[in-house]
Amino acid sequence: MEARLNTDKTDWEQFPYLDSADVISVQRGPEPGGAGGAYRAFGATLKGLRTTFARIIEGPVTIQYPEEKTPVYPRFRGRHKLHRFEDTGLEKCVGCSLCAAACPADCIRVVAQENDPANRVSAGERYAEVYEINLSRCIFCGYCEVACPFDAITMGHDYELSDYNRSDLIFTKEMLLAEPIDRTPLRREGE
Amino acid sequence: MTVPLAEVGFAEATWIMVVKSVVIFLGVFIIVPVLTLAERKLIGRFQNRYGPNRAGPVGLLQPLADILKLAGKEMFRPAAAVPLLFAIAPALVIFSGIVTLAIIPFGNVKDGVGFYGIDVSIGVLYFFAFSSLSFYGLLLAGWSSGSKYSFLGAMRSAAQLISYEVSMGLALLGGVMMAGSLSLVSIVEAQDEIWYIVPQIVGFLVFMIAGFAETNRAPFDLPEADSELVQGYMTEYGGMRFGSYLLAEYLEMFVVSAIAATFFLGGWMGPGPGWLDPVWMVVKVLALIFFFIWVRATLPRLRYDQLMSLGWKVMLPLATLNVLVTAVLVTVL
Repeated sequence: MEARLNTDKTDWEQFPYLDSADVISVQRGPEPGGAGGAYRAFGATLKGLRTTFARIIEGPVTIQYPEEKTPVYPRFRGRHKLHRFEDTGLEKCVGCSLCAAACPADCIRVVAQENDPANRVSAGERYAEVYEINLSRCIFCGYCEVACPFDAITMGHDYELSDYNRSDLIFTKEMLLAEPIDRTPLRREGE
Repeated sequence: MTVPLAEVGFAEATWIMVVKSVVIFLGVFIIVPVLTLAERKLIGRFQNRYGPNRAGPVGLLQPLADILKLAGKEMFRPAAAVPLLFAIAPALVIFSGIVTLAIIPFGNVKDGVGFYGIDVSIGVLYFFAFSSLSFYGLLLAGWSSGSKYSFLGAMRSAAQLISYEVSMGLALLGGVMMAGSLSLVSIVEAQDEIWYIVPQIVGFLVFMIAGFAETNRAPFDLPEADSELVQGYMTEYGGMRFGSYLLAEYLEMFVVSAIAATFFLGGWMGPGPGWLDPVWMVVKVLALIFFFIWVRATLPRLRYDQLMSLGWKVMLPLATLNVLVTAVLVTVL
């Protein structure tokens, strides 16, 4: 019990059953009030004033949202995108419906159709005649992206998805294939 | 030349006085909305954000939008309220703020025109009389609203008045003794050699702290502590009556800063030609108002008993000691 501080005001004789190893001495701050208290309060006030003034020098950190957008990380899961092959322009999706099967929210609808060899839509045997994602149900878990054997669907970076109408949130294949109008800024290294 | 009722240092023709009062009134009423914006912007900067910047270019039209919104709202009166007093209270608060503007000197006599409303020989007492009167506005508002929150806020403002009015007066007394006059113009002129903030630093600090309490501003905004009392004495007010309380708060902040600048920062004194005097005065007042806002952004609200013990156990002894020491020094030197 020797390690106890002088500021500790507990009467330890009252607790003979306490082992000294179990006793944690508490260092208390000075008592409030009095001239000393006023002096300390004055010093603390000056410190506080310095702290707040340093915030002015730092400058604002807010992002002016509609004009400036929060940058997202590369792995951010936003609105889905469907992809085409860059060289041939054919759709990567072959209408296998694995994404629909993997979807826990059951928001993907795929209707497959045989490819016409003269006028191919996708690279495989079949293609998705209908590919719809109901974004009002989607939970953005990214399982569709994982399930896809051809990397035909990926999660994009768009997060501004609100609309006035629920039916407008059912995104069709054309909408998912198209590039988003506003590109969401990507977070740079170290940002 | 008409001689006014009070004993004055200098008086002009009546029409000059009317023009002067209109100029001072309009000048301050243009400054007050700018202050509301400046406060919100600065508080924003103190918190790493921008503050209002949507209404107009960089948010400059925000005060206009606020005033239009308040003016368009219903001036609601609760059924339990006392109608006449309920209506008079906000007017009383604004009245006492505006009236005090009259004695604030923005410059000395130039070309036969004094750059102040009026130079009364009882300057400081005039200020105290009317700043105490504004508390009647708050008390009446709280009592006549017929609401417990308003009443609690009013009780607190009464307690604040008693605790801080005395030390505020004592804080100014040092300056009065050094200048040997109660007239604000003479007090500024007496600071020709050295601003009173140097010999009267204790008085300045006590006055500023009491000024925070006087204007009901953070950290002494107990009468309107929103987290516990909704809005204190103005809980039941709506529309422009509510707006007039906000206006009065900034007006009082201006007045207290102006008195502090006059007493401790040498009033209109400053380098440069004579026509810069009012500019120096306004610059000093704005600097003190910046300090008000800075303190508001920094300190949390005091508890009721802390407010009382600070007022009676720290401020009053300090102010009294300051007065005693000043009195001895003024007599000896």
